[in-house]
Amino acid sequence: MSAGSFRAMLSAVSLAAWAFGFMPSSVLAVDAKPPVTAAATAAAYVPKGIPAPPGSVFKTLFSGYQFRSKDTRAMQDDDFSNPGMLALDPAATEWTKVDGAAGKSCSSCHGDATKTMKGVSATMPKWNARLKRPVTLEEQINFCRTDYMKAQPWKFKSDDLTNMATYIGYQSRGMPVHVKVDGPISPWVARGKALYYRRIGQLDMSCANCHEKYYGKHIRADTLSQGQTNDFPTYRLKAQHLVPLEQRLQGCMKNVRARPYKPFSKRFLALEVYIASRGEGLPVETPGVRN
Amino acid sequence: MSQNLSRRSALKAGAFGVGAAVLPTLSAFAAPDTVAQTNAAMKKYTGGKVPMKGKIKLDLPQIAENGNTVPMGVSVDSPMTPASYVKEVRVFVSKNPLPIAVTFLFTPESGAAKASTHIRLAATQDVIAVAKMSDGTFYSDTKNCKVTIGGCGG
Amino acid sequence: MSVPRMRVPKTAKKGEVITIKTLIEHPMESGFRKGKDGKLVPRMIINKFTATFNGKQFFAADLQPSVSANPFIEFDAKVDADGTFEFTWVDDKGTITKAQAKITVTA
Repeated sequence: MSAGSFRAMLSAVSLAAWAFGFMPSSVLAVDAKPPVTAAATAAAYVPKGIPAPPGSVFKTLFSGYQFRSKDTRAMQDDDFSNPGMLALDPAATEWTKVDGAAGKSCSSCHGDATKTMKGVSATMPKWNARLKRPVTLEEQINFCRTDYMKAQPWKFKSDDLTNMATYIGYQSRGMPVHVKVDGPISPWVARGKALYYRRIGQLDMSCANCHEKYYGKHIRADTLSQGQTNDFPTYRLKAQHLVPLEQRLQGCMKNVRARPYKPFSKRFLALEVYIASRGEGLPVETPGVRN
Repeated sequence: MSQNLSRRSALKAGAFGVGAAVLPTLSAFAAPDTVAQTNAAMKKYTGGKVPMKGKIKLDLPQIAENGNTVPMGVSVDSPMTPASYVKEVRVFVSKNPLPIAVTFLFTPESGAAKASTHIRLAATQDVIAVAKMSDGTFYSDTKNCKVTIGGCGG
Repeated sequence: MSVPRMRVPKTAKKGEVITIKTLIEHPMESGFRKGKDGKLVPRMIINKFTATFNGKQFFAADLQPSVSANPFIEFDAKVDADGTFEFTWVDDKGTITKAQAKITVTA
């Protein structure tokens, strides 16, 4: 065997090992170009997760960020390239704007959002003692508007609501998701869990079919995530705008050819409480960038 | 945007244009020969000159995460002095309805002939960046970007 | 168009080449997309971006419908003196959005 062909074989072997993620990327000293396949590009990055808390169905928790391409991750990491960041300025203006019959703005009660809203979205959905049920961040914003500001609620998917949810979510960026699941909220967690594992639609699939059993695997050219919600509202490259969580969940439901839940419905609420609890400890990334 | 399009109408549109299933937003006019259109546009831009290789570098992912937002950057090796600088970089796309994606206009005060943006790609295609130098010469770099039909993201 | 986002260094050394990033909210309606009524949605894009330093244009971009919504533009500038950058975005309706940023040259 000539030295040349031996080298070629060696590089082929290490290339294959690299492509399947058996070797740390620092070993990649071969000068051959990796094959241009989706699998090769995906394998070039080893997803970094955090150890799952006790009782989790996962061993390791991965943010959806970990399953995205280098370019998409770079876009999220750069605050001046991440288009989701465009929500912050308009929402900050809205925060101090008086609206409704009560003559109040968000800041009338909550003061400086950069201080008072820190950590808030990491704990949502949260139990609301007055309503005797959990509420999502978007719902809470609208309750503040209708009950305290005496203003019109913002519509689902409206720029105002999504921008405000992004602005509040952004104040918790980097903080670990921590949703309370015991106490009065526990029946909602149980109901959400039941919905999570319930097969629905013409394709007869549950959330778990993709996001628990096959995360990290390909669905056509795309990579499935664990279906974590720590990045919402998130900027989708496909939609080219910020997408609230319930819109994304509706998308999943349409994909399995089920009838999507109604926005702000009890079923969504239960599901969101449960999904959030599956991401316990993941950092809030709002606004994330996803494909 | 594309999510307003039902799966059925997307499939129907797919029968007429390759790009349709990937990016319905740009599919309506995908039928004409866009490659010829792009070649003609490039020829017009360079005045018939064939751009030389080298100096210019086009940064584009080999596989786009989603065709609607693809990070794209260009950089040209040039001293950027009044005597010798890069005047323009025009980025051509071979399978989009329109042949030109963007044109960056530089001056010696730009310091470096470097720029990036996010572009839409209607299908897997060649993207060609052509640099127009102050001495009237042209340089180009071509990259192919695969635009995949995703599972749920596509 | 909303308030643009910009990243411009506050200081630079004389003659230094700095990188500027800008981001602006805009649908960049391509004119090739059909709306819910089946009719083409008219084209409505930002077609021109210009960057000036102390009143002199040093960079510009002609944008086409192939540029993604919420255009991001990154480019360089050579800074020789203290001054003000001004960025201008113009869309198909003629709406002009301007933004400014100051820079100080250090020894």
